[in-house]
Amino acid sequence: MRIELKDLEFRYQMNTPFERLALHDINLAINPGTYVAIIGHTGSGKSTLLQHLNGLVKPTKGSVVIGDRTIEAGRKEKHLKGIRKMVGIVFQFPEHQLFEETVEKDICFGPINFGVPEEEAKKKARIALKLVGLSEDILEKSPFDLSGGQMRRVAIAGVLAMEPEVIVLDEPTAGLDPRGRKEIMDMFYQLHKDQGITTILVTHSMEDAARYADEIVIMHQGSIFQKGTPFEIFSQPEQLIEKGLDVPETVRFQLKLQKELGVRFDHPCLSVEDLAGEVKRVMERGSR
Amino acid sequence: MEEKLVSLKDVTFKYDGQDRNAVDGVSFDVSKGEWLAIVGHNGSGKSTLAKLLNGLQFPGFGSILIGDMELSEETVWDVRKKVGMVFQNPDNQFVGTTVQDDVAFGLENLGVQQQMMVKRVQDALNKVKMNEFLDQEPHHLSGGQKQRVAIAGVLALQPDIIILDEATSMLDPRGREEVLDTVRELKEEKILTVISITHDLEEAAKADRIIVLNQGRLYREGTPDEIFHLEDELVGLGLDIPFSVKLSKSLREKGVDLAGSHLTEEELVKDLCALNSRI
Amino acid sequence: MLDKMIFGRFVPLDSPIHRMDPRSKLLLVFFFVCVVFLANNLVTYAILGVFTFILIALSRIPARFLFNGLKPILLLIVFTLLLHIFFTKEGAVLFDLGFVKIYEGGLLEGIYISMRFTFLILVTSLLTLTTSPISITDGMEQLLGPLKKWKMPVHELALMMSISLRFIPTLMEETEKIMKAQTARGVDFSSGPVKERVKSIVPLLVPLFVSSFKRAEDLAIAMEARGYRGSEGRTKYRQLSWQTLDTLLMCSLVVLTALLFLFRS
Repeated sequence: MRIELKDLEFRYQMNTPFERLALHDINLAINPGTYVAIIGHTGSGKSTLLQHLNGLVKPTKGSVVIGDRTIEAGRKEKHLKGIRKMVGIVFQFPEHQLFEETVEKDICFGPINFGVPEEEAKKKARIALKLVGLSEDILEKSPFDLSGGQMRRVAIAGVLAMEPEVIVLDEPTAGLDPRGRKEIMDMFYQLHKDQGITTILVTHSMEDAARYADEIVIMHQGSIFQKGTPFEIFSQPEQLIEKGLDVPETVRFQLKLQKELGVRFDHPCLSVEDLAGEVKRVMERGSR
Repeated sequence: MEEKLVSLKDVTFKYDGQDRNAVDGVSFDVSKGEWLAIVGHNGSGKSTLAKLLNGLQFPGFGSILIGDMELSEETVWDVRKKVGMVFQNPDNQFVGTTVQDDVAFGLENLGVQQQMMVKRVQDALNKVKMNEFLDQEPHHLSGGQKQRVAIAGVLALQPDIIILDEATSMLDPRGREEVLDTVRELKEEKILTVISITHDLEEAAKADRIIVLNQGRLYREGTPDEIFHLEDELVGLGLDIPFSVKLSKSLREKGVDLAGSHLTEEELVKDLCALNSRI
Repeated sequence: MLDKMIFGRFVPLDSPIHRMDPRSKLLLVFFFVCVVFLANNLVTYAILGVFTFILIALSRIPARFLFNGLKPILLLIVFTLLLHIFFTKEGAVLFDLGFVKIYEGGLLEGIYISMRFTFLILVTSLLTLTTSPISITDGMEQLLGPLKKWKMPVHELALMMSISLRFIPTLMEETEKIMKAQTARGVDFSSGPVKERVKSIVPLLVPLFVSSFKRAEDLAIAMEARGYRGSEGRTKYRQLSWQTLDTLLMCSLVVLTALLFLFRS
């Protein structure tokens, strides 16, 4: 399923004294099966952008095309449920949305809302629980008796059980420890690889973006500042730094080394392994 | 011999209804002016330890000495004057309706005179560079700014020790940087002794000393250099190692002739430069 | 969400009324509510009107905000006016429409009562428009201070109020966030049969309660860590200062009352 944002603009509190421009001149196409990372500072509009992806907010100008539905500014939209079934969102700190008496009921909540029969929903709950790395014996527990990390996983399972074609992740690992962070990120990547789920990751972490995404979109002050493959984006790190944005630590290190050592790297390195190899190569070349 | 400010002996604590001790026979000292990082994955007992240090919980066994006072139900209010805490969630520790009211809250509790309060609130906010936000309401502040106000609230009480209980874990990178910069400055000006409880290894790398907790026990204690030498062992504990340590390890594995591990990128760049000129 | 609630919201401007002590403003509202009932003829109502409009002019609050405050009450005012016009049978008949007669007394009474309403609303909203909620809380705490002698938990009530004020925007934000998260999980908050909509409150309220309790617990710990142990031995950071202006306001109230007594029939 393809998602396209066309000439999109969004203002909060239109026609009140509190009106505020949050997004403008957004043109973005997300092709099926891609992994896109959206990056930017707090307040750059990335969270507002993601809410357009399943009709939680409507543009004040322009349009959003989601599969065969078009949400246009100024038009009354009804029956957005279909869209929401196809585009699942994992919000920041998703454990805050848990409410049912048991883990099973909570995971089934989404699927049942979208018309899945109860028995089938329960099956889906078990599959989703396995995906997030939890065992079935917590199904009957109250979600509020779990540890923070487990709650996060149950909440994610609740979205996965909806079997969306597109999954939007808003800082899914915020507040987790390093191991938890890696496990969750790897899990989503595996899901993307195995099932071809279109994945849209909103993050502060340039490292995660560089590691997982096919395409990176950089937001700055409510509009798209740059988009391209990680390779393209980090080939010109200076532009990002100028805007006060981060670059992956590997690229930052390359810049330092280039300056101090007076050498040039051929390409941006996006993993520690790659960087170590390049540093070695560059130094050996320099010595010859 | 440096002055010992905090001293823990065999501290053990168990939550009701749990089989395992949350904190199990932990002993260590903190010297005046030091920055100690206590690291461990979620559930390693580090947050419980923080609560014990401030008398929000009392150990079932063992003793905690703050200055020359042993922490107990009788001394707890005096201990709290010496130990300030900044908690994880920036929203849930903001008591006042505005920045200055919040900083003043602790002072009001101590019964400080009003004119004195005004001065101390101002001073504390100056130190965390939030003096231009006096009348700002909390929902207009960023997470990093709220945490800096929380630090100011602690500073105003002029304690000896500040405990940061995962104070940066809910912040974005910019907010984290703001808070850590603030703490570093305070430490350098010798205003405070810092105990930071964290799972962020970049934060721990800035400390003078690190204690690694695992399953409630003290797993290792040492300088950041010593601790990060553990490399894969740390990863096995659910932690991570800083980028420069990772890179230096990878370079050594590839046969680049580097001696030892590198705690900061600057050190690594310097060593690489030295190596380069030698070749 | 919060921004939609314009009625009675504090408008931070700089005016003599804004600068006044919240205590004097609270007393003003209290006495005004009492003396309003003294008026019973054209002159006394005119005096009240002049007094109200002087206050409004001094506050520099744009008329738009005041009108917004009146809007919800407008219907009630019109209704009482009509009620009196049609059902009070006093004085001379002004119009005879055949099926109903309108009396002079009814018309006057109707106008008086709607004026009384309007003045009351204007003066009370003036209080909230020119005084920040926290100042109102402080003022109340001070004014009710003497009640502490009779074991009234005045300090605790004031603290509760100020913490509630502090957390209203946070909880509003949270509500919006949870609503969006549950909408994304297929809940429909805005349409569908009533039964369904009532049911959809549960996934909103439960998380909201859970997080509020968590917040309350965290806050209690944070307050304790900062040495909070009740009102005993506590000092106050916010000081209220009674100025000449406040004394003048009180004097003007006395004058107002005197005038009302003098001219009422």
